[in-house]
Amino acid sequence: MTQSVVVQVGQCGNQVGCRFWDLALREHAHVNKKGIYDEALSSFFQNVDPRRSDGGGGGATGSRISGLRARAVLVDMEEGVLSEVLQGPLRQLFSTTQLISDVSGSGNNWAVGHHSYGSVYREQIVDQVRRAAEQCDCLQCFFIIHSMGGGTGSGLGTRVLKLLEDEFPEVCRLVTAVYPSAEDDVITSPYNSVLAMRELTEHADCVLPIENQSLVDIVSKIQHMAHTGKPGSVIKKDSTIISGQGGVAKTEKPFDAMNNIVANLLLNITSSARFEGSLNMDLNEIAMNLVPFPRLHYLVSSLTPLYTLADVNIPTRRLDQMFTDAFSKDHQLMRADPKHNLYLACALMLRGNVQLSDLRRNIERLRPTLSFVQWNTEGWKTGLCSVPPVGHTHSLLALANNTCVKPSFMELRERFVRLYRKKAHLHHYLGVDGMDVSGFSEALSSLTGLIDQYSQLDSTNTAPSQDPPRLNIAC
Amino acid sequence: MSVVTVQLGQCGNQIGPELFSTVYEDSTGAGRKTYQESSRERFFWETSDGVLVARSVLVDMEPKVISQAVAKASKSGKWRYGEKAHFCQKQGSGNNWANGYCVHGPRHKESVEDLVRREVERCDRLAGIFAMMSVAGGTGSGVGTFVTQCLRDMYPQAFILNHLTWPYGTGEVIVQNYNSVLTLSRLYQLSDALVVHENDTVHKICSRLMNIKHISIGDINKVIAHQLGSVLQPAYTGDSPSNYSRNPIGELLSSLVCHPEYKLLSLCNIPQMSHTSLAYSAYTWPGLLKHLRQMLIANARMEEGIDWKVCVPSSRGDSVRTGQMGFNRSLANLMILRGKDVSSADAGAFKDPALYVPWLPPDGTFSLWNSPVPFNGYEKSASLVSNSQSLLKPLDNMVRKAWNMFVSRAYMHQYTKFGISEDDFLDSFTTLEQIISSYSHL
Ligand SMILES: Nc1nc2c(ncn2[C@@H]2O[C@H](COP(=O)(O)OP(=O)(O)OP(=O)(O)O)[C@@H](O)[C@H]2O)c(=O)[nH]1
Ligand SMILES: Nc1nc2c(ncn2[C@@H]2O[C@H](COP(=O)(O)OP(=O)(O)OP(=O)(O)O)[C@@H](O)[C@H]2O)c(=O)[nH]1
Ligand SMILES: [Mg+2]
Ligand SMILES: [Mg+2]
Repeated sequence: MTQSVVVQVGQCGNQVGCRFWDLALREHAHVNKKGIYDEALSSFFQNVDPRRSDGGGGGATGSRISGLRARAVLVDMEEGVLSEVLQGPLRQLFSTTQLISDVSGSGNNWAVGHHSYGSVYREQIVDQVRRAAEQCDCLQCFFIIHSMGGGTGSGLGTRVLKLLEDEFPEVCRLVTAVYPSAEDDVITSPYNSVLAMRELTEHADCVLPIENQSLVDIVSKIQHMAHTGKPGSVIKKDSTIISGQGGVAKTEKPFDAMNNIVANLLLNITSSARFEGSLNMDLNEIAMNLVPFPRLHYLVSSLTPLYTLADVNIPTRRLDQMFTDAFSKDHQLMRADPKHNLYLACALMLRGNVQLSDLRRNIERLRPTLSFVQWNTEGWKTGLCSVPPVGHTHSLLALANNTCVKPSFMELRERFVRLYRKKAHLHHYLGVDGMDVSGFSEALSSLTGLIDQYSQLDSTNTAPSQDPPRLNIAC
Repeated sequence: MSVVTVQLGQCGNQIGPELFSTVYEDSTGAGRKTYQESSRERFFWETSDGVLVARSVLVDMEPKVISQAVAKASKSGKWRYGEKAHFCQKQGSGNNWANGYCVHGPRHKESVEDLVRREVERCDRLAGIFAMMSVAGGTGSGVGTFVTQCLRDMYPQAFILNHLTWPYGTGEVIVQNYNSVLTLSRLYQLSDALVVHENDTVHKICSRLMNIKHISIGDINKVIAHQLGSVLQPAYTGDSPSNYSRNPIGELLSSLVCHPEYKLLSLCNIPQMSHTSLAYSAYTWPGLLKHLRQMLIANARMEEGIDWKVCVPSSRGDSVRTGQMGFNRSLANLMILRGKDVSSADAGAFKDPALYVPWLPPDGTFSLWNSPVPFNGYEKSASLVSNSQSLLKPLDNMVRKAWNMFVSRAYMHQYTKFGISEDDFLDSFTTLEQIISSYSHL
């Protein structure tokens, strides 16, 4: 069994991360009723003796749980969020040495996070990550979580990404990046996002872009459903993907509902690596199957179902509906429409009571409605994990490498250019050691290059597809 | 004589236990004492306290599948796997052939070789090595190819037969055609023959013949195990007409693989149906063989939906035209009949020279094995192992899709990273185009 280490950076990264830890505990408690530290738990948690501060002393897999510690490094350059973590219900999951913080934050300035704090905290961060890595038996993946709009997550978060690449080149780097909505109150968020994107494009193996607007939409959709309460459509409260019910956190904070969606995404993407199934899908298979060209590694995700109805009779039609929904616009965690754009590759990760024939039937059914790039017309990757998420009998996570990310990226570029043309706020960045104008222009051209790559693929789609001539062998 | 099985990757380690259960169950029961003895010797060894242990080595690069296989076998209470007969690591090959072949294979060469050597040394006589794997993932395909190569070096004289599961056409692994091309091109040079099951075909058998509504991987694997068992269980053969053959793999190969350019074997079997229908069905040998023959010439891997219009061309000159009419030409066929009144079955229709290429001596093209013991609950059962054009189309599809992808160089960085270059791919494509060309021109 392999392990993963989570590196959560900045306010958003840490708030999302904490929702992940809470729901991960809930999920394992649900499956593992005997209190044994099993292989599945070991993928994200260490077993420790809580009386010792050095993180040792717990039994190996197969022994009783003495105390669980998250395989995580928490970084924020302001105190608030992390001190809340230390006083909150999840505090036992972390030792203070896993937390790295400063006082005042990066003030929504990428350059401060990336360059200033990056240089100051570099050693300390690498040390903590190395410590976490040494406690793994076989470290497979780093999950890096941060927002794109602020200064710490986007700046220092992407600095950490580069550090991980240098120090652990073999270990897969999967970034969950929360993109700001157009009405974001951080004025410099377009700068921060574009500067960060260049780093993600160059140094991540996969990026799961999440747009806050999409999370907001899904939350309100579910809340709307829950409140109408039409007969026959009563939602099982704890089953929604925005619910934290059953976790240790009792009070709900502003971003919690949204962050629970992201936490569920992370749980589902790792489920097949943690639990058994008849078609396993390990974490290193994600990039292998979904990333045909190194830079084109942005994967649009969708989670279905969003909730389970209280009525327990689940006809197959509803199972098929789950597949249909996974391709619809309003289930994507990004404002994007994969169905009407070009697929480079698509993964379906199923959990729970779903048979191979259900999967085959739905692929056959959906395939004609989607367009795939000419050289990958059957670009499907599938996984079947036997353990469903809490509150559900089955679930689906779809990951799409699709040109539908382009409009969001173009919109972001426009917002960047609008500021940049006026040189607005530029001096705040240029005053930071290590940052100069070329950083801006290079980030912009990196993004433009990425957009062009997607456009080029789109343009191959309009030409009538014809197989290239086969290799000729002399007979 | 005994067969040593090597189960590789998830697929090999899920089909393997199904095969051992099938041959175990089939050889248990009244009125089959020598059959049972022969089958047990072939597939199992017995501990001092009488427990049957599969002659099998389990190899995977991740632990979950193997631990399930081992646990399931022990729980059956009937047979189990050897306590130290498995090798696993913590992290799979990530669907990357290059990772399996260039990294994991060499790194664990000795451990795997030791396990196989131990199993081989336990056999009084080795009938051959049977390596089972998929071609689409990273471990079965990549490590499997590497291990086959090691076994070839260790046992240059032994028979090595590979069982390959070909992926669904609509993939479960996106780089499946790359991995398949790399696997097939190398195995073709290493193995004595490749027995192929296509998941698509088996899936259809489950839905149309077995009437299974919700088909699981387990259902698919049961059908594959049934078909493999029907070939590998003891039978009377041409060389051994009154005792169960002691050399099953050798005789299979000498019947079917007469030329190293042609070693792709397909497998079909009739009847196949759900257990409930089985009780109400009666078959005659002439009826079964008539169907089976048409399945052969019309290239149907299942008795439903056979095209009865396809017929054997009357003269060679027809072959181009008949090729378009779907006639499947053979190099060699091996039929295995099991059950009631087998000796009365007349296989003459399979000897028709028009079924075969003209350049082979007619007495070497068809072989027949049989056993009076009914197989796996079927009163009568007929299987056909065929070296023919029947895998040409799926092979051509695989190569076509892989080539389309290769032309755009998609996913190449994942392979070059582990040391497989574009030239390596080109070599593999060349090998496979050659095989396709050879089979097309039969
Ligand atoms: N989904 C989600 N978005 C958040 C959360 N917290 C902040 N954001 C978004 O993240 C962006 C601001 O980034 P933060 O993560 O707060 O900033 P930071 O990384 O802490 O950086 P500084 O505060 O500048 O040091 C805005 O777009 C917010 O809408 C959260 O818990 N969940
Ligand atoms: N018939 C059948 N096919 C299977 C089974 N398990 C996997 N497959 C097929 O095998 C291919 C995937 O290869 P796996 O065997 O899972 O991969 P692996 O060898 O474990 O390699 P990695 O997981 O990449 O390290 C796909 O085509 C699956 O359809 C099985 O139990 N039965
Ligand atoms: Mg902050
Ligand atoms: Mg595997």
